[in-house]
Amino acid sequence: MDLVLTKSDIGKLEEIISDQLLDSGAEHVVLTDLAGNLIVECGSLEMGDVFSLAAVSAANFAATAEIARLIGEKDFALLYHKGGKRNVHFSRLGNDYLIITLFNDNVSLGLIRLKLVSAINEMGIVFGGPEGKSSWHS
Amino acid sequence: MAFIDLSKNEIQAKIVYYGPGRGGKTTNLLYVHESMSRQVCGKMVTIDTRGDRTLFFDFLPLNIGKVLNMTIRIQLYTVPGQVMYNTTRKLVLRGVDGIVFVADSLKVQKNKNIESLDNLVQNLSDEGLPIGQVPLVLQYNKRDLVESNIPLLPVAELECDLNEGLNVPSFEASALSGKGVYETLREISKRTIRGVIQKVGGQITC
Repeated sequence: MDLVLTKSDIGKLEEIISDQLLDSGAEHVVLTDLAGNLIVECGSLEMGDVFSLAAVSAANFAATAEIARLIGEKDFALLYHKGGKRNVHFSRLGNDYLIITLFNDNVSLGLIRLKLVSAINEMGIVFGGPEGKSSWHS
Repeated sequence: MAFIDLSKNEIQAKIVYYGPGRGGKTTNLLYVHESMSRQVCGKMVTIDTRGDRTLFFDFLPLNIGKVLNMTIRIQLYTVPGQVMYNTTRKLVLRGVDGIVFVADSLKVQKNKNIESLDNLVQNLSDEGLPIGQVPLVLQYNKRDLVESNIPLLPVAELECDLNEGLNVPSFEASALSGKGVYETLREISKRTIRGVIQKVGGQITC
């Protein structure tokens, strides 16, 4: 199913990302669909190749979901990579979207996860709102 | 699944190069990547095994200009051709907007081409997509070998094996030298964007 987002929808998504995640200390947030299309990116990092990040993250998420299926799980609740200076957290948004949150060690993983719950609820209204932009079955 | 961003007037669509292993899917993308300017073509990402066989996919983003005042961004992917990686192929096919089937012209690959096309039909069907509803172009690769002593399938035989029921555009190509690469890409881009605009055209003009 194709996704069409208006300027207002994109504005709302950016506002949610800013209020919930960037204000809580996340460095950069990328929203993509699970086909690898970049929807929105916000944050303070200079992302040289955000399209590749979106594509590889969607693939990584899909591959991990397949690992979960092979061991009898629907998917994994926590998908998180810890780096030396920067960490990345992946959250599924509904059935078709993915939030990629980049943050450093000044912010706790718990806070990011907590804020993501609120962000996902608010974004659900944008994606599955009265205009019915897309399927939303979280 | 195409994504249309009306705040940037941008359409993103996904084109997947499909076909049997060692048929030249990655070589198609490499040629495009090496011959296009960096303003048009992004960084190519390849996830392959030690033996240079595609393990997961290759990915190449392209910015190919404007249609109806919308910037068109195409994401090119390849799938791993080896039979055992079918789960990966299904993952990469998710949300596909257009497909290039790269057939291998070597005579010994005749059955592999047919099996791979059947596998594509099945994988699309599993996603609820009849092959007739997805923009598709065939490419008969390695035609440069016609001057060598290596036995090749005649184009008529490839058409009969692969395109009889589909009746889609087909192109002779040599991905190594670039012959037919852009013709294939141009045709699938045109068909894919036309398909996306037909599906969501009303919303774009809103």
